[in-house]
Formats: sequence, structure tokens, C-alpha cells
Amino acid sequence: FFQYCLSGHPTLPCNVLKFKSTTIMLDCGLDMTSTLNFLPLPLVQSPRLSKLPGWVLKDGSTFLDKELKECSGHVFVDSVPEFCLPETELLDLSTVDVILISNYHCMMALPYITEYTGFTGTVYATEPTVQIGRLLMEELVNSIERVPKAQSASLWKNKEVQRLLPAPLKDAVEVSMWRKCYTMPEVNAALSKIQLVGYSQKIELFGAVQVTPLSSGYALGSSNWIIQSHYEKVSYVSGSSLLTTHPQPMDQASLKNSDVLILTGLTQIPTANPDGMVGEFCSNLAMTVRNGGNVLVPCYPSGVIYDLLECLYQYIDSAGLSNVPFYFISPVANSSLEFSQIFAEWLCHNKQTKVYLPEPPFPHAELIQTNKLKHYPSIHGDFSNDFKQPCVVFTGHPSLRFGDVVHFMELWGKSSLNTVIFTEPDFSYLDALAPYQPLAMKCVYCPIDTRLNFIQVSKLLKEVQPLHVVCPEQYTQPPPTQSHRTDLMIDCQPPAMSYRRAEVLTLPYKRRYEKIEIMPDLADSLVPLEIKPGISLATVSAVLHTKDNKHVLQLPPKPPQPPASKKRKRVSDDVPECKSLKPLLSGSIPMDQFVQTLEKHGFSDVKVEDTAKGHIVLLQEAETLIQLEEDSTHIICDNDEPLRVKLRDLVLKFLQKF
Amino acid sequence: MPEIKVTPLGAGQDVGRSCILVSIAGKNVMLDCGMHMGYNDDRRFPDFSYITQNGRLTDFLDCVIISHFHLDHCGALPYFSEMVGYDGPIYMTHPTKAICPILLEDYRKITVDKKGETNFFTSQMIKDCMKKVVAVHLHQTVQVDEELEIKAYYAGHVLGAAMFQIKVGCESVVYTGDYNMTPDRHLGAAWIDKCRPDLLISESTYATTIRDSKRCRERDFLKKVHETVERGGKVLIPVFALGRAQELCILFGTFWERMNLKAPIYFSTGLTEKANHYYKLFITWTNQKIRKTFVQRNMFEFKHIKAFDRAFADNPGPMVVFATPGMLHAGQSLQIFRKWAGNEKNMVIMPGYCVQGTVGHKILSGQRKLEMEGRQILEVKMQVEYMSFSAHADAKGIMQLIRQAEPRNVLLVHGEAKKMEFLKQKIEQEFHVSCFMPANGETTTILTNPCIPVDISLGLLKRETAIGPLPDAKKPKLMHGTLLMKDNSFRLVSPEQALKELGLAEHQLRFTCRVHIQDPRKEHETVLRVYNHLKGILKDYSVQHLPDGSITVESILIQATAHSEDQGTKVLLVSWTYQ
Repeated sequence: FFQYCLSGHPTLPCNVLKFKSTTIMLDCGLDMTSTLNFLPLPLVQSPRLSKLPGWVLKDGSTFLDKELKECSGHVFVDSVPEFCLPETELLDLSTVDVILISNYHCMMALPYITEYTGFTGTVYATEPTVQIGRLLMEELVNSIERVPKAQSASLWKNKEVQRLLPAPLKDAVEVSMWRKCYTMPEVNAALSKIQLVGYSQKIELFGAVQVTPLSSGYALGSSNWIIQSHYEKVSYVSGSSLLTTHPQPMDQASLKNSDVLILTGLTQIPTANPDGMVGEFCSNLAMTVRNGGNVLVPCYPSGVIYDLLECLYQYIDSAGLSNVPFYFISPVANSSLEFSQIFAEWLCHNKQTKVYLPEPPFPHAELIQTNKLKHYPSIHGDFSNDFKQPCVVFTGHPSLRFGDVVHFMELWGKSSLNTVIFTEPDFSYLDALAPYQPLAMKCVYCPIDTRLNFIQVSKLLKEVQPLHVVCPEQYTQPPPTQSHRTDLMIDCQPPAMSYRRAEVLTLPYKRRYEKIEIMPDLADSLVPLEIKPGISLATVSAVLHTKDNKHVLQLPPKPPQPPASKKRKRVSDDVPECKSLKPLLSGSIPMDQFVQTLEKHGFSDVKVEDTAKGHIVLLQEAETLIQLEEDSTHIICDNDEPLRVKLRDLVLKFLQKF
Repeated sequence: MPEIKVTPLGAGQDVGRSCILVSIAGKNVMLDCGMHMGYNDDRRFPDFSYITQNGRLTDFLDCVIISHFHLDHCGALPYFSEMVGYDGPIYMTHPTKAICPILLEDYRKITVDKKGETNFFTSQMIKDCMKKVVAVHLHQTVQVDEELEIKAYYAGHVLGAAMFQIKVGCESVVYTGDYNMTPDRHLGAAWIDKCRPDLLISESTYATTIRDSKRCRERDFLKKVHETVERGGKVLIPVFALGRAQELCILFGTFWERMNLKAPIYFSTGLTEKANHYYKLFITWTNQKIRKTFVQRNMFEFKHIKAFDRAFADNPGPMVVFATPGMLHAGQSLQIFRKWAGNEKNMVIMPGYCVQGTVGHKILSGQRKLEMEGRQILEVKMQVEYMSFSAHADAKGIMQLIRQAEPRNVLLVHGEAKKMEFLKQKIEQEFHVSCFMPANGETTTILTNPCIPVDISLGLLKRETAIGPLPDAKKPKLMHGTLLMKDNSFRLVSPEQALKELGLAEHQLRFTCRVHIQDPRKEHETVLRVYNHLKGILKDYSVQHLPDGSITVESILIQATAHSEDQGTKVLLVSWTYQ
């Protein structure tokens, strides 16, 4: 049992598990923090960004000035943004049998895996995960493709060159592995390989392994996975939440009795309380708008935005914001809002009950109906006609490197009346803002990350009691910026095994049993014998059939009839390979009864001699000697087969065959 | 021999009040809990006293499963759970859980408020009953208890309809409920995997029908409606509020748009708007096409269809009215029918099956003079058309499902005895499985032959699969082991391990045979000769000459000694263990 760790990002994991005879990939997260090293892609020509000076090395050489630009004291790559892929060299990814997806954020690398590695297997994910994952990918592809950039920089990636660059470019990992975004045809091809599954659905893989998704409480359709055989159980926990937001609550009970629990996707902001952050979000938003400023919320098109809209729905009237327009701009804004309303079965109890009425589960339906919330595919078209300030804009991408958000940063950055509020925890907001500095606009950081924090993790582990815990190395030490906070790490016994990118772990358990089925007719033929009170045994000689990793025992066939026709060859094919078997014997032979038996069977001249360890029985006429000891019997006679067989059978009567 | 017992309390050789008891491996499950539209007396509900005379139902039944929201499958549920008394779990899908209480309330209103019956379940009872419902996802394995598990499969038919697999150990039953094997305008086709149940309980409404293509039927249907409207007639289509109604609305909406027709289409009850809303919110349960396009165009927003007011029925000119209920047995559809029946320009189209005893059934069977309440005779002059639009599998579909699931036995319910008989023969002929069709109250017993799962030690399994000259996985191998039975656990281990675990010592049984040969040479020379001889003839075996002067052939030991009396005779002691 091995685990190949292909991603170093703890919340965007990609692990491959070798479990029994199957190879299972757990998630394929795409590390997009790499895009922070690139210049933003403006939707309309930006004089500021197009006039940036090229970067010059200390020795004055300028060969990189086309690729690298200096902006606000930082150096950025002037190219189509690229993403850091999971490791593809650690093992042959074409051998991966299945990919299990836990939530829509953890599938963004899927097209790279399914379309470029020779992968021929199946991907399993829940319906909301697939639908919303598709939206996220669509938005990503759209926001990069609609701003064609001629240049794709590669010179700076040269190891020798990279060494000379300023941080953070100098320290960027695996830059040779960075790739441009995939295309829509690739997304569609990747998604066509997905098979939809429901919570608690048992999926058989090759008869050897069963996988089951469980509700993880983090997002619509998000799941943890159980990977088990009859005797081993691995739980894969990825992006779980115990807070009551819109998704169905986390299923904890089913994680019990795991041999190994792989723990990924904990909160990225362990010190922030999501509820407090939502409150701060609302009050900052209200304050800005009241002062006549605009609010920009860089966000993903699904997820926390549903909760934020729900909070605002309850908040705007009391805060006097009823007349402020809320805009949600994304190529998938409409789809995301519509899709959120049709997954009743994947929602928390309260929302389910609303659907039974029947009412839409999310109140943003009402916000749209009353024209308080408007959605647009982009800033072009209808939006430019409807656009009124001051307003609140939700748009992507949270990295501030592409998407409509770039436009609003350029538009509103110069005024201190405006505010940008960061709610997504995936990117450092300071890094995200770097190419926009100096900025007059206010920046508020309210990261909302509902995933498990360390207190919840330790409670969870106490509850479900796994034998071993495996987690990314980041979780086994305090965060680098808060090294004194020993409470911000996983504390369990035995200590968690940690992994890092490109590492292979051997998982600590050993299989000892396997399931086998005994056919009814064979079961009927068995003769159980009670050896000890409550314990019976039966010797089994049977034909073992193994098919699709399932083992079945059948009655051995009767000795083959002499073949009647030319079918001879087939018949001999069906006869199982026989190997001579040596049954084990156990027990001891009671002297007196044995002698009586011998006499009963016609041996009249039985003579018994005692020895140090037992007895010797002499059959004088037959010139035969039988040595009887506690755990052995030795029959010595002349070459007289019938006699030997007779004696053997008499001895065996007293012994138990195994 | 283990057995599965099935007793229909309803829907045995009949359509209506579906209710089937299944006993499997010590578990008792009740499938559906329906009412019968053809009766107004005690016979409208299943006879639950059959289950137990004096004990509590909860103690006897492990769970109740409802396949879909039609009243002939769930109409008796509040009576059963609240009036007879059952507190165990009731399983159904989410859409069924959402819609079922609305139809029950509707049913209650008609029965109590309109017909004035007392001793019927109340609104509160419907609510209390629904509290016992556990909603299930498609394909989710629900563990009812340690041993009993159930799993829902998509059944088409109506929104949220499901087939259920009931499984204990390796014994299983699949109950289809009502299903449809061809996708229609709003729902997908039923699907099940090759789960090889011991028993498949299938509905058989259309046991003998093989329907022509859906498109043709639709065209005929629209043509008839169009003609009637053109000549100024009124068209009544009795439907149930949820299900066919939505499919027909989609059909009409698109036809009206295409033909640019002006005649108004009405939908009769206030339920419709609400009903359509359910379809919008549970759109993941509809067919692929609707699901794919719902963001751009939601098929359940009907532009051409307006709400009906009772006064409209007397308006002059053509119109099309969808009215509930579907079998013309009560309510608005019956009222409109009475108004329009006398005019030969008008038409009533029955789009679904009608249960015996209902007005729908009477006019479909050709009756033109109906006796209504108060001995009043209603003469039917309007045209009566039947369009098989109800989403049941036809004979072809039923056979197809059997082929998919590969059951070992089939049991037919929810159909007419004569038709079942025909289908039963067909199934037995084609699939060579037994097919049953019990009447209500009649018990069918099916013997099962379950395998016995045991734990085999990996050591033994590996040893057995590794041995053999050719590691040919397909060739069966004879293996030998010891089955240890302790409490309820069965473990198959190697004989050595069994001995060790039981704390027993092995008993060695050896045989030694004296063979006398004449050979005057020295002992070691005799040994050498024997050795060379053996080595010569036993080429495939390991023959060894040991330093102590003995010879081994595999595990057989041979020693030579001189005869104590006759030096010219050597005694060969051939010794081996029990094989």
C-alpha cells in the first residue's frame, strides 16, 4: 500500500493510492498561486500596464526585458498566466484506474491528467461537483482566452536564468512544469470521463476495492471518500466543514474504524472565524457604500458567494442598502445561480425543507426577482448600459490576474472611496494586489474559509479513532509565520505521517485475510466437528475459482468419465490441477482401545511393551511393529500393502485430520 | 434452505392499492402502501391485519418503502402509520417526499370535505406520517440496520419514481414500482445494473401491449386535438396534477407555438403552478435534454397554458382543458365531463390507465350511458379517445428490464391476471426463470441458494494461487484448508495454522517397510547401487544420497542394513510419512 504525493499544496491535493491491485488518484487540484507571478490580463488596453519597463539584470544585460517587467517594485512575467501542475513523473499516470474527486475546487487539474497522460480510467464525482466544476473551468478558460496574449515567456524558466531573478520568482518551484490553461474541448473531453455518484453509493472497483463518497459539508456535492476492501479501510478526508452553511452536513460516523485516515484540505486561515469575517464583510461593505464608494468582491462564481448573498439578503434592508445595485459578473454567473437552486438533495436540512414547499432554496432568487441583484456574463454588453455607481460588484478571478476583476481594479483603484474586500482564502491578498500598487482604494481582508480548523480536527480524530493519520507536512508543524502557535498543528497519537510533493509513502498496515465464498453445495458436503466447546472445524478440499478478484470455492468435480467423443481435450481442461495434499493429523491414540480394536479386526497375538515415551505394539505373526507415542505413530512392517492399509485406517480412526 | 416470501396485500393480479410484503433472510419489508381508486369502502386500503393480528406493526416490519407519489402507491400511508400504527422508517426519494404529502392532502380533501366521509386520516396525520420518512438519494446504499440495505434506481414513470433493491447478505430482491423503459418528453428511462437479484418484482400494467413509437402516438394525439379545436369543439384531458400533465404541457406548448394556434389551453387546478415548480426544483430528475438546457430555457415554464376558472367551462368556442383527476372518478375533471359529455363536437382524451369502477374505465370500455349519483343517467355523445400516455413499461420494456437485471426469479404485480399469464409464459420461455403472479393474500415462496462468505487467510490463498507449474489464473485449482467455525465467524486457514490456533500438536504417522534383497556386497555399495538405479528411473524426482548413507526420494527415506542372520541379504528400510 503506497501513497504517491503529487501535489505539495495542502488544500489542492493530488495523491495516488496503490490499494490492493488498484491505482486510485485522490483529487487533482491545480495550484494557481503560480499566476501571482504574472502580470494581470487587462480586458481593455491599460496604458499603465503596457508601458512597464523591462527588467534588467544587475550586470546590465537586457535579454529578459521582453519577458519580465518591473511593476510597483516587483518583477512579473509578462505572459499568459501559467499553472503549477501536479507531479507527472513520479509514476506512470496512464496506470491510474480511477480518479476520485472530493469537491469542485479539487478537480481543476483534471484536463491535464485525463488528456495528456494516457489515462484511460474513470473519474468519479457527484453531480453538483461536476456541474459547478464545469462552471469554474469554463470561467477560467473564458477569462484567459478572451484576452489573447501573443507572448508566452519561457526564457526565464531556464534553471540558470531563474537563479538570477529576484524573489519570489527565484524560489518558484517546478517552473518547468508550469502550463498554460487548457481549452474548452479539453475540458469537455475530461468531463465526459466522469461518472456521477451519490453520497453513500458503494462503487465496486474490479471486485477488489469498494469506494464510497460521503458528505463532507464544505460545498455543494463535496465529498470525503472511503476506500475499502473487506479488511482494510482508508478514509480520505478532503475539504470538510462542520459549520452549518448551505451544504448537507458532514458525515462523520462513516469515517470510524479506519486503518488510515488521509487528512487534507483544512482551513487555510486557522486564526479567522468565518462568522466574524462575514460580519466584518457586511459592515465594511455598508460603510463604503454609504460614503458613496464602490465595493469590489473578487470571488469564485460558486461557493461562499451563495452564503454572502444570503447574508446580504437579510442585511441590506436593515442597513439601508435597498437601493444599491449588486452586480455579479461572470461568464457563468447565471448558470451558477440557477444550478444552486436545483440541488435540493445536496443541501442542508433547512434548505431542503424550503424545496418541499416548493420554494427556491436560496434567497438570491428573490434578490434577482426584485432586481436587487443583477448578473451579467461580462462587463461588455448590457452591463455597460445598466451600470450605476455606487454599487457592489462580485466578480472573478480572486487572484486579480485575469477576469473582469482586473478591469474594476484599474477603474476603482485610484479612489479612496472604494473598497476591495477579499473573501476567498486561496491567495495572499498582498501578493494579489502587488501589481496594482500604489493603491488609493481601501483593502479589507475578510477571508472566509469554512473548512476544518485544528480544534475541530482533533475532536474529529478523537471521535473516529483512525489507527494512523497521514497528512501534508504543513499540518505537522505550526505555520511558518506563527511558529509559537503549537496549537495550529495536528496533534494525534501515534503522530501523523507527513508527506510532501513528489514523495512516496508506504502506508502502515498489512492485510491478513481475504473474503472467499463457499458455494452452497460445497457447504452442504462439509462435516463440521466440534473440537472444543464452541469451536468447530471442517476440512475443506475444494476447487478455487478466481474471477474479477472474487474468490469462490466449489465442490471438486467428480472424476472425469472416459470421454465419449473427441471432446477429450475440453474435459481435461476442466479438471483442476491437483497437487498431492498431505493432511495434517492431530490427537493421540489411547493404548487400550487401540489394542481392543486390533483384536476386533483379527490380530490375535497383540503384545504391548512399554517404552520411555510410549508403547510398542507387536503383531508377531505379521512381523509388524507399531510404535505409539504422544504425537507420533510409526508402523513398521514387511512389504504387505493390504496389511499396511488396514493398520493405517485403524490408526486414523483415532486421529483428527486437518 | 433459505427462502424469500412474497405476499401482495394489494396489486396482486390487480392494479390499485399496491402493497407487497417481502420476507428475506429474517427481515420484513413492506413495498408501497397504496389506495384503490375503484373502491370507496374498506377495500380501498390494503388489509394490514394480515401482517399481524395483535402485535404492533413496528415490531414486525423492518421498513416500508414507497416507490413513487401516485396514490395507488402511497395513498394508504397515513392510515397505515397513524391509524393502524407504525413508527419504523419509511423510505422514499426526495421528490416523492416533497410531492406525496400534497397529493395525500388533496385525496383527503376530496374524501372528507367533498364526500363527507368521517373516520379518515387528518391533515395532522399526514404531517406526522411524513416525519417518519427518510429521504434517499439515487444509488445511495441505505443501511436500514446491520444486515438490511436498500438502494434506489431511477425508474422514469413520474418525477422521483424509483425502483428499489432490498438486500440482506447475498440475497436480494428488486421491486420496480412503476417504471418506463423509454425516455419521454420530460423524464429519462428506467435503468438498473446487472445486479442479479434472487427475485425481481415487476409491475405489468402493459403486459401484453407493445406500443408503437412514441412520436407516432404523439402525432396522432395532436392531430385529434387539432381537428376538434378546428371545428370548434372542446377537448377535455383528465390528468393527474403531476406527471403526465407536465409531459403533455410540454407537448402542447411546443405544438401550439409551431402551429400558431389561438385556442386557449387551461390547466384546471391551483396545484399546477406549484406542481411545475417542483419540476423546476427537481430538474436533476428529469431527462438529459431538459437538464442540459434548463439555464437557457426552463421547459416547465409554460407560456401558452393558463389557469382555469370553473366559469370558463361554459364559454363558447374551442378550448383545451387539462383537469384533475385522471380517471374521471371525482373532482373537476368529472364536473367538466358532465358538462361537455352531451355534445358530439367535444372530445375527451384519456391519456392513462383507468382503474375498474371509475367513470374513465366505463367510458373506455364503451359504455355510453352512465348512471351518476342520484340515479341520474348521463348520455355520453362526445368522442372518447384513449391515448396510451401513461409511462409504464410495455411488454418489450419489461423484458428489457429483466435482461438488464438478470434475476433468478420474476414475480408480476400491478396488472390484470389474464395479461400477466401471457407475459409470465413469455418470460419463462425466454429467460428460463420461474415467474410468479400471486393474487392478493397469496404467498409465494422462493428458495434461494446463498453463498457463504468466509474469511480466508491471505497466506493460504497466496500459497494456493502461487503453486502450480503455470500460473494460469483461469484454470481452477484444488485447494485444501481447514474451516474454523467459532461463534458466528468462519475462517478458512491452512491446516498448520488451524492446529496452531487450537493449541494442538501435529501427530506424525510414519510407515516403514522392510524390503529384503539378495546382495552380497557391502552395505554402502548396495546403497550406491540402489541410489544409481533410482536416479536412473526417477528422473523427475529429487533423489539424494546423504552423507549418513541413506537415500531420499523427495520425502521418502531409504536405509540399508545387513540382515542380522544372513549377511548376503540386505534389508532396505523404506520409510515415509502419511500422505
